[in-house]
Amino acid sequence: MSDTHAQTVAYVRETMLPELEPPATERGVIKWMRENLFAGWFNSILTIFAAYVIYKIVVGALPWFANGIWTTDSLAECREILQGATGGCFSVLTERWNQLLFGFKYPDDQYWRPTLAFVVMLVSIAPVLFSHLPRKMLILTGLFPFVAFWLIWGGTILAPLVALLGFVAAYIAFKKVEHQSFAMGLLAGLITAIVVWFVGGFVSGAASNVLALEPVASRDMGGFMLNMILGTVCVSLSLPIGICLALGRQSDMPIIKWICVVFIEFIRGVPLITLLFVANVVLAYFLPPGTNFDLIVRVIIMITAFSSAYIAEVIRGGLAALPRGQYEAADSLGLDYAQATRLIIMPQALKISIPGIVNVAVGLFKDTTLVSVISMFDLVGMIRGPILASTEWNGVYWELWGFAVFVFFIVCYGISQYSQWLERQLQTDHR
Amino acid sequence: MSTLSDPPAESFRLSQLINDKRYRSITFQFIALLGLIVVMAYLGWNLVQNLAAAGLNLSYGFLGEPAGYDINQTLIEYTSQSSHLRAAVVGVLNTLLVAVVGCFLATVIGVVVGVLRLSKNWLVRKLMAVYVEIFRNVPVLIWILIIMAVFVAVLPQPRDFRGDNPEASMLWEAFAFTGRGFYSPRPFFTAEWAAGGTGWLIVIALLVAGFFGARALANWATKTQEATGVRPTTWYYTLAIWFGPLIIALIAMGLSWEMPELKGFNFRGGIFMRNSLIALTFALAIYTAAFIAENVRAGILAVSKGQTEAAASLGLRPNRIMNLVVLPQALRVIIPPLISQYLNLTKNSSLAIAVGYMDLTGTLGGITLNQTGRAIECVLLLMLFYLTISLGISAIMNVYNNAVKLKER
Repeated sequence: MSDTHAQTVAYVRETMLPELEPPATERGVIKWMRENLFAGWFNSILTIFAAYVIYKIVVGALPWFANGIWTTDSLAECREILQGATGGCFSVLTERWNQLLFGFKYPDDQYWRPTLAFVVMLVSIAPVLFSHLPRKMLILTGLFPFVAFWLIWGGTILAPLVALLGFVAAYIAFKKVEHQSFAMGLLAGLITAIVVWFVGGFVSGAASNVLALEPVASRDMGGFMLNMILGTVCVSLSLPIGICLALGRQSDMPIIKWICVVFIEFIRGVPLITLLFVANVVLAYFLPPGTNFDLIVRVIIMITAFSSAYIAEVIRGGLAALPRGQYEAADSLGLDYAQATRLIIMPQALKISIPGIVNVAVGLFKDTTLVSVISMFDLVGMIRGPILASTEWNGVYWELWGFAVFVFFIVCYGISQYSQWLERQLQTDHR
Repeated sequence: MSTLSDPPAESFRLSQLINDKRYRSITFQFIALLGLIVVMAYLGWNLVQNLAAAGLNLSYGFLGEPAGYDINQTLIEYTSQSSHLRAAVVGVLNTLLVAVVGCFLATVIGVVVGVLRLSKNWLVRKLMAVYVEIFRNVPVLIWILIIMAVFVAVLPQPRDFRGDNPEASMLWEAFAFTGRGFYSPRPFFTAEWAAGGTGWLIVIALLVAGFFGARALANWATKTQEATGVRPTTWYYTLAIWFGPLIIALIAMGLSWEMPELKGFNFRGGIFMRNSLIALTFALAIYTAAFIAENVRAGILAVSKGQTEAAASLGLRPNRIMNLVVLPQALRVIIPPLISQYLNLTKNSSLAIAVGYMDLTGTLGGITLNQTGRAIECVLLLMLFYLTISLGISAIMNVYNNAVKLKER
């Protein structure tokens, strides 16, 4: 043994060998698949099973889409054309398109109004969502509720104009008195607004033909438009109310605190359906005899109450998450409660609670479908009621429900993706 | 040299009520209380006026009157001659049935999906993400209606089970899945002394005893392990404690099964679960499971990687790391949102009314309300029930949260 060693010449390689490619199993697609799809027998089984599920879905859905029929007038005609082959009868969507979007009572020749309102909404909501857009566009956002009301409900333009004037006058009065005290400013604003609305009520009542669109009653609203109306109105109303409730619950004034706590816990403890029952059958008992409130207004009141309780809890979480030092710093600067809340506390608390608020907003938008239970014809109500019950389209489940799923998914997924983007934008801490 | 002296005693001025922090809160609370009382009085006055105009008065006497309607799925005896109160109780039990079964199913599906979303398998991960996103972003009402429509449209009708060469057949001659609902065998006891509810009480008692027995055994095993370092093998004792007495009791009581049979155009016998019950439970379960999956995922991700690495450096094997280190910490994050998902599921079960399942909203808030016209009373009772459940569960959850809270000093 030892002499073999003695005969070997020490050998040192002078040049590097050329690099070999990694083995086929360790590079490219194969490596990725080995690591991500077939790591171990259990993972392989999972992969094969998942692939089978996907295959089944694709095989089932593809001919259904590919053979889809878009142009017939009834399900029977669809069946005639298909002759037993698999295929979707999407013509229900094209034929009932307007009903799905606007309900079945909104006047045909006025569809441009809600459509225009929708476009204006997209434009006016943009500066709120994207802070790099010119700030001047916020004026449009402020005008939007009044424009939208005028477009959708019709009637004279004076009514929303008076409402707008009331708000503007209130704001001016608030600014004039604010230096005295915040509460006095609010009071002055409130009184000014009521005076303006009271006077303006006579004016718009007297001149009801100025720039009047054909009035449409609330009970004629329907389809996806109703979901959008309820969703946007209730979310935007419940945000300020929710902030007030959250502040009230955090306040150290026991009576105000307990009013807020009882309200929030009560609303959060009952299902939305019971609140809608209240709107439908009970609320009328609590209003002065003879008043006939619109059902849509009653529903808006109850849904707003519902979502403001949830938003209040989210914002309370944001307030609680704020470090104690922020409150103390605001105090040490000599700010009073209103100033500290507006300038220091709320901006930070709201930033923390954005994901929660968006969750509530998405949940609320989904919950607007519940109004179909109290026989309002929103998108779900239209599908369940007039469309599926009609002789032409009795039995077209998949296409209609697929459409509903698609529409809600687009809106809700879009909102939640936006909120994640916004969270990243607002992330100012260093990680 | 200056001397300290008390500030001059101010006389109280009216403007202090709004400008002085000491008095301002009293002013505000007074205004709030006054406003509340005025609003309440106004609403109450309107209520009295409206009731007088309609010739009604608030009373719960109608609960004792015969209901006069049938309920197609009941857990207790009920006929159309039973009182409205009994109809409401049937509704409560039906609500609880959906809630309990739904919560159980949702937890199972949600935990599996939540764990699979963190899987190393790309395909499975993506598939689960698609499931979660689709179900979270579409209203639960739509899912309930879709699943109901699917059940009715896809599953065979009972008449398809007829004939020599039927289109559909029963599973193991015991289970039938039809568009009307599911049929399954019904267990009952042949021994006379165990008939009625007694037999089931015994079974429940034995299960509870088994639970505590198994826990005692586990405690003993832990003690032995701490004393000697070796954990005694106990799984067959555990099995025996759980099932030994139970099997003996079941044999003694003469357990047998009533099979569903096709009679005419429908099945008779066995347990019948209506399609509305199945569809509602299933839809609520998979909808809520999507949310639970996200909670589970967030909970597992919340346990820092250092914990796993520290456990691994102590020489623990992967499944013991999961059981002893990761899960106990993840559960602290998972359980509070999980409970609130249970509450959501319970509240969403009131959507039963959309598929015609008679839960409390369907009986008390639906037919009873319409028949008697007692809207205020019915809705009040309805709210009271849901409020009791919600507040009760939140109270339990607060106790739990305090128990598992990180003890910080």
